[in-house]
Amino acid sequence: MALFILKRIGVMALTALCLTFVVFFLTNLQPNLEKLAKTQGNARMTDAEVASWLDRNGYGGSMVSRYGEWLGVRPGWTLIDEETGEVTGRCVDLGDSLEDAPRFCGVLQGDLGYSTVSDDEVSSIVGGRLALTGKLMFWAFIIMVPAALLVGVLAGMREGSRLDRSLSTFAIATTATPEYVSGVIFIVLLASSQTGISPLLAEWGWIEGRTLFQGSARQAMDGANFWNFTLPVMTIALYGMGYIARMTRASMAEVMTAQYIRTARLKGVSFRKIVLKHALRNALIAPFTVIMLQFPWLLTGVVIVETLFNYNGFGWTLVQAASNNDIELLLTCSIVAVLVVLITQLISDIGYVFLNPRIRIS
Amino acid sequence: MEHLTWSGNLGAILNPMMLAALVVFIISFLSNIALTIAGIRPGETVVNADHTLSIVRTPSDYALMGMKYAVLLFLACCVIYIVGGIVQPDLEARGIIGSLGARFVPVWIALIALFAVSITFKRKLGLYGKLFDSPIGMVGFGLVMFWIFTAIFAGLIATHEPLSQISSIRNGTPGVPLPDPEDGEYAFYLLGADSLGRDVFSRMVYGAVSVLRIAPLATLFAFMVGISLGLPAGYLGGRIDTIITFIANLVLAFPVILLFYLLVTPEIQDSFIPIVMGGVLFIFPILFFVTLFNSRFHTQPQLRNVLVGVTVVVGGWAYLSLLSDPDPESLFRPLPAAIDGIDVPKNILIVFVSVVFVNSPTVFRIVRGLVLDVRTRDYVGAAQTRGEGPWYIMLWEILPNARGPLIVDFCLRIGYTTILLGTLGFFGLGVSPESPDWGSTINEGRRLLTVYPHPPLPPALALMSLVLGLNLLADGLREESLKD
Repeated sequence: MALFILKRIGVMALTALCLTFVVFFLTNLQPNLEKLAKTQGNARMTDAEVASWLDRNGYGGSMVSRYGEWLGVRPGWTLIDEETGEVTGRCVDLGDSLEDAPRFCGVLQGDLGYSTVSDDEVSSIVGGRLALTGKLMFWAFIIMVPAALLVGVLAGMREGSRLDRSLSTFAIATTATPEYVSGVIFIVLLASSQTGISPLLAEWGWIEGRTLFQGSARQAMDGANFWNFTLPVMTIALYGMGYIARMTRASMAEVMTAQYIRTARLKGVSFRKIVLKHALRNALIAPFTVIMLQFPWLLTGVVIVETLFNYNGFGWTLVQAASNNDIELLLTCSIVAVLVVLITQLISDIGYVFLNPRIRIS
Repeated sequence: MEHLTWSGNLGAILNPMMLAALVVFIISFLSNIALTIAGIRPGETVVNADHTLSIVRTPSDYALMGMKYAVLLFLACCVIYIVGGIVQPDLEARGIIGSLGARFVPVWIALIALFAVSITFKRKLGLYGKLFDSPIGMVGFGLVMFWIFTAIFAGLIATHEPLSQISSIRNGTPGVPLPDPEDGEYAFYLLGADSLGRDVFSRMVYGAVSVLRIAPLATLFAFMVGISLGLPAGYLGGRIDTIITFIANLVLAFPVILLFYLLVTPEIQDSFIPIVMGGVLFIFPILFFVTLFNSRFHTQPQLRNVLVGVTVVVGGWAYLSLLSDPDPESLFRPLPAAIDGIDVPKNILIVFVSVVFVNSPTVFRIVRGLVLDVRTRDYVGAAQTRGEGPWYIMLWEILPNARGPLIVDFCLRIGYTTILLGTLGFFGLGVSPESPDWGSTINEGRRLLTVYPHPPLPPALALMSLVLGLNLLADGLREESLKD
C-alpha cells in the first residue's frame, strides 16, 4: 500500500511538473510578453523598446531557464543598471540589498510572484479567493452528493420500473443542461422582477423584496444566506448531479442482480432491508470514485457560475487573470487547479483500493 | 401594426385546453405519488380459471391514466398549433407559436419523411432500425434531427439576416412588428429583438449552423485520434501503452476551462501552435485509413495501391488545405491558393483543434478499456492463430466488435462538445464578435437578463434540447444494443 501511494505521488509530481511547464510556456509566449510590456510600460513602444523592456525585467532568457527561476531551482535573475548602479532582480525585493536577498525565489520557496494588475502579492490574492470558492463548492457538494445518491439508488433498485424511467430521464436532463443554461433559466424564473414567479409572489404579498432570490451573489461573499446563495449553489449542483446519479444507478442496478441479493430475497428478507443492508454499501463504491473525479469538472462549472453570478472567487480570478494577461496570477491559478485535480485523483485511487475489499485483500 | 400575440386565433380554444391538461397532469402526478407512498400499487393481470385474463383497476391506475391522457392532450394541442400556423394565411391570426410552426415547415416535412421511411424499413436497418423500438431513443433522435434539419434549411427558416440591426426596436419583446417593413420582408421579429435590434429567432437558427458545423466533425476527429492510439495501447501494451497513457492522463488532468483560456487567445491564434497541434492531430485520420486498407488488402497489391493512393492524395490535400492559411503573409502555406479548397478562419481552427485535443484522451481511455476486454475473446485468438498481423486484428477484428459502446459514446460526446463550444462562446473565446452561436448569444443576453429575459432564453433552450436529444439518443442506442 505504501509503495502504491509513493508511486502514485511520484507520477503526480511528474505530471504537475509537465503541466506547469505547459502553462508557463503558453503564458510566456513572445506575443504575450510583448503585450505585457506594452501594458506595463508604454502602449506605443517600438519593437526595440519592447525588447529592452523585456530584458530589463527578466524576461530575456530562454524559456527553460525562466521556468527554472519561476520554479525556484535556478537562482533568480539580477541586473545592475550601468548608469545608476541600481540593482534589480527577481528576488531583490525580498531582502534589503543584493547580498541580503535569497538566491532562489520560486514556487518551491513559496514565492508565487506579483500580480501586475491588482498590484499585490499573488499569494495574498489567491488565498481569500480560494476560501470563497471553497464555500461555494462546500454547499454545492452538500446539496449535490446526497441528492444524486438518493436519485441513483431509488432509480437503480428496481431497474426498468416507472420510478427508474422518470428519475433516469431527470438525471439525463440535468446532464444536458450546462451551468450557463440552467443559471439563465433560474434567474429568469426565480430572480427577475419582470418574469417568472417573483412578480406573482410580490403581488400576493408573500415576499418582501421584489424578487424571490437574488440574481447576483455579490453579497454572498461577506454573508451568504439562503436568498443570495441558493441560485449559484443550485446551478453548480444540478449539472454535476445527473452524472453521479447515473453512475450510482448503474452500480446499484448491477448490485441488485448479484447472487447474494437473490439469496437474501429467497430467504425472505424484506425489500427495504435488502436495499438498505445488503445492496447500498456495495453500490456506493463506484460512485465514490466518480464523486472525487467530479472536482475537476466542477472547476469549469465554478468559473461559469462565478462569472454569471458575479461572485469573486477563484474561478472569477482565473477569468480576470487570463483576460488581463496577468501572467503570474494565471500561473498560480493553474497550479492550484492542476493540484486540485491531481490530489482528487490520488484520493479517488487510494479510496477505491481502500473501500473495495476485493482489491484491498489481494 | 400590432404586436403578435403568442397564441393567435386558436388560443381562445387551445389555451384553456392546455391549461386543463397541465392541471390534470399535476393532480394525477401528485395523487400517484401519494398512492405509491400509501402502498397502493397498480392492478395486476390475473389469470382466471377459464384461461381469460382480467385486471382490477386500482386508484393508482386511474392516476396513471390521467397522466397519460393529459400528456396526449397537451401534445395534440401543440400539433394543432403548428398545423393551424401552417394553414392560416394571416400572421396575426397565427400568433407567435403558429408562425414559428409555419417557419419550420421544411423541418417538419423532412422529419416526417425520415421517420416514415425509417419505421417502414426498421427491420432491415440494423442498430439504426432498432432505435425505433425504443420511445426514448426515438424522442432523442427526433430532437437531434430537428436541429440538424434546422441547420440544413437555416436559410429557408430564418426570417431575417442574423446580423441586420433595427435600432428602433432594440430589446423588443417577442412578436414585435418591424417599424417599416419592405415588401417581402417578414414583418415581425417572432422571438423579439436583442439589445442591438437583431432578430433573436434568426440568430438562434443560424446558431444551430455554427454549432453543428463544428461539434460532430470535431468529435469525429477526436474519435479518430483516440481509436488510432487506443488500439495499439490496449492490444500491444508494454512501453507504448505506458507512454500514451501517461500523455493522455496529462491532458486529462488539465482543467478544460484553463486550457481554453490559454489556447484560444488572439496571440496563440497567430502563432505556430494551432498549426503544429492541428498538424499532429489531423494526421491521425489519414494514418488510420491507410493502415485500415493496408492491413486488409496487402495481399492484393493492386487494390491496396488504389485505396491507399486515393486516401493519401485526398486526405493529404484536405490535410494541407485545412492547415494552410489563405493569408499570403501567414506562417504556413504549403499549397498555392488555387488548389487550397478548405478555408478555415484562424479563430475556428484553434477552437476546433482545442476541442479535438481535449476530447481525444477520453476517447483513448474508452477504446483502450474496450480493447483490453475484447482481445481476450476467441475470435482474436483464432485470427492470431491464422497468422494475421497485429494491425489487421486491431482494425478488422477488435474495432468492429467494440463499435456498440463507441457509437453510444460518440452521441454523448457530440453533446459534450456542444456544451464545450457553448462554454467557449459564453466566455467570448475564439468567436467573432457578432457570431450568432448560442454560447455568445447567451453571454450577450445575460447582462440585461432580469429586465429583458427573451434574448438569451431561445438559444439556451435550443442548446439544452440538442444536448438532451443527443443524450436520449445515446441512452436509446445503449439500451437497444444491449438487447442482443
